[in-house]
Amino acid sequence: MNLTLKVWRQKNSKSAGKLVDYQVSDISPDMSFLEMFDVLNEQLINKGEEPIVFDHDCREGICGMCSMFINGRPHGPKQGITTCQLHMRSFKDGDTIVVEPWRAAAFPVIKDLATDRSSFDRIIAAGGFISVNTGNAQDANALPIPKSQADAAFEAAACIACGACVATCKNASAMLFVSAKISQLALLPQGQPERYRRVQSMVAQMDAEGFGNCTNTRACEAECPKGISLENIARMNRDYYAAKFVSEEEV
Amino acid sequence: MSSFGKAFSSSIGKKVVMGITGLFLILFLIVHCFLNSLIFLNDGGETFNLGAEFMAGNWAIRAGEIVLFIGLILHIVQSARLTYDNQKARPVKYAAYNGSANSKWYSRSMGLLGTLLLIFLVVHLSNFWVVSRFTGIPTHDANNRENLYAVMVESFQNIWIVVLYVLSMISLCYHLLHGFASAFQTMGWNHKKYAPVIKSVGVWYSIIISVLFAAMPIAIYTGLIN
Repeated sequence: MNLTLKVWRQKNSKSAGKLVDYQVSDISPDMSFLEMFDVLNEQLINKGEEPIVFDHDCREGICGMCSMFINGRPHGPKQGITTCQLHMRSFKDGDTIVVEPWRAAAFPVIKDLATDRSSFDRIIAAGGFISVNTGNAQDANALPIPKSQADAAFEAAACIACGACVATCKNASAMLFVSAKISQLALLPQGQPERYRRVQSMVAQMDAEGFGNCTNTRACEAECPKGISLENIARMNRDYYAAKFVSEEEV
Repeated sequence: MSSFGKAFSSSIGKKVVMGITGLFLILFLIVHCFLNSLIFLNDGGETFNLGAEFMAGNWAIRAGEIVLFIGLILHIVQSARLTYDNQKARPVKYAAYNGSANSKWYSRSMGLLGTLLLIFLVVHLSNFWVVSRFTGIPTHDANNRENLYAVMVESFQNIWIVVLYVLSMISLCYHLLHGFASAFQTMGWNHKKYAPVIKSVGVWYSIIISVLFAAMPIAIYTGLIN
């Protein structure tokens, strides 16, 4: 396969970037999108040019690091996958592919296609945890949990914090991510003592990071590689109202 | 800032204002559409004028009118704030953005559709509301009631007014198609058992309300009602 790539090149967070054209040839349709970038980078290094910086780690779709916005969609044209799981057979010979970094005020570009997603870490640090005392692990059967609830918590916990929801949202809203992280704990008994404190702290941190506001277009749900449901956002909203208008606990 | 102040200045707090005012406006449209549909009785506006007189003379309705304007203004002001925030959240735009791959165009165009509706509202309110409340309705019908129906018939003799109304009702339909279910989602009312019901009721509501409203100027202009 021969392809034309239009890749966002940006020296650092302060400089302005631009799309640069690259030609790649003899690309195998069985390569992953990231492997195609490895080939391109090798070409660039051999020519003495600076390689393109892009985030990647596990390359098996579970770490959430790879983050390219490909032809106007996060992780490219397929649903339910990350960029490392996207294969070149999803494109046609001679295609032009536009590759950009995630775009959000809260995800500043570090260099080229790599963005700083530590705003997500700060949201988790604000309350996305449970406080437990150390000691022996409890008996697993001491806390009965309905199957449907355990499943819903597990589905919310599938979020890999890649940021595709923010990237594709027309408002750069992080509500799908935050609601998944709130729901995975709010649905389980261990999450109850801090439930209403957690939702207030995490939403406050989300707002402080400069993410936009959800307008329910459902784009995040459609693009999420882990299929996180919009029901989580509704649950977060319910918990937030309960926390702010019913609970006496203030954050 | 007080606890409530903090709540309403948060992202979710701003959204809930949109949701509550939106649901309130949805309820208002049902009343408005029902009363206006009385013209389809084709009785020379007799029942319609009776309805208009009831609405004008009822103190609870007049108080509700104030609440309605407050709701409408909140909905508009809050949407402007949210749009400003959301623009700021993505300072550098994408060169390629394929929104149609994952969402409906009207869900991404609520601001545009709402702005079109605001322009319509200015014309609409000056056509009817200002006349009935302030400048006075010029004629009376056979039962000596203020003839708002005559004002309506006269307004819809102008083809451009009719075109504006019909186009605006198309905007309204798409605004409601997203807004109806969206308001429920924002309120947190997303439940596996009820979400499909809310969705289909929302679609039917949007279509029925917009078609009925759009049929009024068309029926009057074409003389189907006289």
